[in-house]
Amino acid sequence: MSQGNNGYLLEATGVSKRYGAVVALESASLRVLPGEVHALMGANGAGKSTLVKILTGGVRPDSGVIRVRGKDRKIHSPAEARRGGLVSVYQEPAVIPDLDVSSNLRLTQTPVEPFRHWIQELGLQSIDLTRKARELPLATLRIIDLARALAIEPDVLMLDEMTAALPANLTESVLEVVNDLRGGVRCTIFISHRMTEIASVCDRATVLREGETVGVVDVADADSADRIVELMLGEIAEDMAEMAEHPATSHRADGERPRIEVRNLAAHVRLRDVSLKLYPGEVLGVVALEGQGQDELFDILSGAERPASGEFLVDGNEAILRHPADAIRKGIVFVPADRAEALLMQRPVRDNIALPFSAPLRKWGPIRTREEKPKVDKAIDRLQIDTRAQREVRFLSGGNQQKVTIARWVATGLETMLCFDPTRGIDIRTKHQIYPLLRELAEAGAAILLYTSELSEIQLACDRAIVIFGGEVVAEIPAGDADEATLLRAAHNLSSDAPLPEEVLAAAHGTDEGQEDAEMSER
Amino acid sequence: MSTTFDTPTKTTGRSVATLALIVRRNIWTLGLIGILVLLVVVTKIIQPSYGPAGIQGLAISVLPLALAAVAQTCAVLARGIDLSIGSMMALTSVVSATLMADRSESFAIIVVIGVLVLGLILGAVNGALVVFTRVPDIVVTLAMLFVWAGAALLVLNTPGGGSAQWLSALTRGPLFSQWVPRAAVALLVIVGIIWIPIRRSRLGISLYAVGSDPLAAFRSGVSVSRTKIFSYMLAGLFSAMAGLSLTATTGIGTPVPGPYTLMSVAAVVLGGVSLAGGTGGVFGPIVAVVILSLLRTDMTFLNVDTNLATVVQGLILVGVVMVGSLIQMRRRET
Repeated sequence: MSQGNNGYLLEATGVSKRYGAVVALESASLRVLPGEVHALMGANGAGKSTLVKILTGGVRPDSGVIRVRGKDRKIHSPAEARRGGLVSVYQEPAVIPDLDVSSNLRLTQTPVEPFRHWIQELGLQSIDLTRKARELPLATLRIIDLARALAIEPDVLMLDEMTAALPANLTESVLEVVNDLRGGVRCTIFISHRMTEIASVCDRATVLREGETVGVVDVADADSADRIVELMLGEIAEDMAEMAEHPATSHRADGERPRIEVRNLAAHVRLRDVSLKLYPGEVLGVVALEGQGQDELFDILSGAERPASGEFLVDGNEAILRHPADAIRKGIVFVPADRAEALLMQRPVRDNIALPFSAPLRKWGPIRTREEKPKVDKAIDRLQIDTRAQREVRFLSGGNQQKVTIARWVATGLETMLCFDPTRGIDIRTKHQIYPLLRELAEAGAAILLYTSELSEIQLACDRAIVIFGGEVVAEIPAGDADEATLLRAAHNLSSDAPLPEEVLAAAHGTDEGQEDAEMSER
Repeated sequence: MSTTFDTPTKTTGRSVATLALIVRRNIWTLGLIGILVLLVVVTKIIQPSYGPAGIQGLAISVLPLALAAVAQTCAVLARGIDLSIGSMMALTSVVSATLMADRSESFAIIVVIGVLVLGLILGAVNGALVVFTRVPDIVVTLAMLFVWAGAALLVLNTPGGGSAQWLSALTRGPLFSQWVPRAAVALLVIVGIIWIPIRRSRLGISLYAVGSDPLAAFRSGVSVSRTKIFSYMLAGLFSAMAGLSLTATTGIGTPVPGPYTLMSVAAVVLGGVSLAGGTGGVFGPIVAVVILSLLRTDMTFLNVDTNLATVVQGLILVGVVMVGSLIQMRRRET
C-alpha cells in the first residue's frame, strides 16, 4: 500500500471493533474525496454509527488506520477529533439539556455569528440563545447541533441520520445546505435511510453489511439505487422477493368466535370509538399515523390502562383488566416497540425468557429449573437468538433483544399476542425472521394483533388490516389489497379513488415525513 | 424573540425580559428566601428580643455548614456525591489547629494556604479514585470518609490546638453595622471570589454539562474525567475552608466535627440542586442552611425537645422538597 494520499481527504482502512462477542465492525473501509458528499449506507446494525463514532473519537477501534489528508491520525476523544477537523452530528443531539443555547455554544467554543448565519440557512427564523436546550423541540436541537458543527467549518462533517427527526420543510433546507457543501475543499459524510435524499445530494455511496464494506457505488449511475439495495441486503433480497410473491392467506374459519372483541372503546382524548374483532389463527394488522389512538388501544388491551367507555370481551366474556398481570392470566401478552420496557436489561437472556414461569404471577416459592430449561432452550432455538453474548441482554443487538421479548411468550405458549411496532429500529435480517414467526404462531392457533409503522409489513405478515384515524376505525382492508399506497391513503383518511397529494406520495419513501405531512393535511 | 421589539421600547423590553429570565431561572432560591423571611418574622414574634446577638450566633453556626453545602454542591452538580466532606473538614481543621497553635500570626498565613492546598489534594484523590477505578462515587467517598476521619484522629486525638487571632477575628463580631456579622460577609466573599468566576468559565459550564448529560458533554468535546476530578477538587477546597472556619470560630481543632456530611446533602436537596446533577447553584443551598439553622433556633425558643426538633427538621425537608417539585411539575405542564 502506498503512503501517498491518492487525493483522498479522509481514508479509513481495516477498521474493526468488537463489543465482547458481538462484532460491530469487521475491516470496514471508507475513502472520501475533497468536495464530496459521501453516503454511508447499510441496514440497521451494519456498523454505520460505530464507524462514525470511531472517526470522531467517540469509540476507540480495535484496529484500523485513519488518515486525514494523507497523515495517520490517532483519535482518542471527540475533543481531539474536533481539533483535527472531524466533527459529527450524531443521531442523538450532543446538546446539554440543562444549559442554555449560548452556554452550549461556549462549551464547544463555537463562534456565535457564523452559528446564527447557519441557523437561518437551515430554515429556522431566529433562535433565543437564553432558552435552555431542554425547553426546545427535538427538531430544533438537531438544527442547533448541525449549525454548531457548520459554524466551525470542519474538514470532515459527518451527519448521522440528520433528517430522521425533522419535519419536511427543515429536511429540505438541510438538504439544500448539504448540497451547497459540494465542490469545496471539505467533505461531508451523509448517513440516511432515505434513498431519495441520497440520490439528491450525494456523489458516491459506501455500503456496509454486517460490519464490512461491501462496495462503493457512484450515485450518478442509472441503476445506483438498485445496486445499493442489493449490496445492503445481500442474499436477503431474494428471500424478500420470494415472500412478497406469497401474500399471507387467512386461516380464519368462518363463524368462529373472536378471541378478542372490543366495541366502541374510548379513552383519553385520542381513542374515540374503536371496535374490532381479533380471531384465533389470524394476524390482524393495525395501521395508523402517529398519535391516532393506537397507543391507548394497546395499553387497554394489555391491561396497562382502563377504558373510559366501551366493551371488552375475551372469548365472548366481559373482561376487566386492572393490571397487565390480569391480561397475561387471560393469555394476552404484549410486545412493545421499546425493548427496554419489556426486558431486564442487566439479566442474562435465559433469565429474561424464563421470567414468565420463574415468576408466576403472584405466586411464591422455589423455581423449578428442571422444567424451565428445555422450554427456554426450545424458544432460543426457535427464534435463532444470538446467544454468543450469553451475558446480559443489554449487550445484544436491538433485533436480538426483540427476539428475546417474543421468545419469552413463545416459551410459555401463547394464545393472544399484541405486538406494538415490534420491528422498530431493528435490522432487516431479524425483521424477516419475525414475520414468518408471527405467521407460524397464527397457524398454530394464536391470535395476533400487529401495529406497525412500516406499511410494507402488512402484506408480509398480516391477513387483514384495520386503519385507525382520529381515534376511530376508518377502514378494513384484506392483506391482498393492502399495498403501501392504499394503506397510506386510508391512513390519511382519503377515499381510495381520491388523487394522492404530492406530499403524501413523497412520504411513501419515509414514515417520518408521512407523519409530518399528515399533520399538515389535517390543518 | 426579543429582537421583535420596536426600537424605543427595545432596551426596556430587553431588561424586563432579562429580569423575567433571572427570576425564572432562580425561582427556587427566591422561594427559599421567601421562606427565610417568613421564618425571621416568626422568630421575632416568638422571641421579641431576637436581635444582633442572635444573628451573630446564627452566622457563626451557619458558616461551616454553609461551606460544606457549597462543597457538596460542587460534587453533586457534576453528578457525583461526596460523603467524605465531614471527614475532610475534620482533617483540615486539626491540621490547621495543630500547626497554628503557639505560632506567630504571620506563620498562620502559610498554614491557611497550605491547608487550602491540602483540601485540593484530598479532593483530587477522591476524584481520581472515582474516575480511574470506576467504582461508584458513593462507594469511593464512603471509603474515603473513613480514611480521612482516621487520619484526622491520628493528627489530633482530642480537640485541641489553636487558631491565629486574625483568622478568628475574620469570623467573629460585626462589620460596619451591628446587624452585619463578619461570618456572613466572609462566606459571601469566599463564594463570590471562587464560585462566580468558575461558574462563568468554560470549566464551570463543563461542570453543569457533565452533570446534565455526560455523553452529550463527551461528544461536545468536554473531558468528562478531568471535569469530574475538578468537581471533587472544588469540593475538597470548600471542605478545607469549612474545616478552617471550624478552627477559626471555635479556636481549636475538632477531630470529630458532627453530622456535616449528611446535613450538606440535605441542604443541597433543599437548595434546589438536583441529585441527578446539572441543575442548581450554590446560593440555594446556602439559604437552605440558614433556614435549617434558624428552624432549630426557633424550636429551642419554643422549648421543643431537641430530639423532636430533629424529627421535625427531617419532615420539613421532605415536605419542602415534595411541595417544591410538585409546583415545578405543574409549571412545566402548563
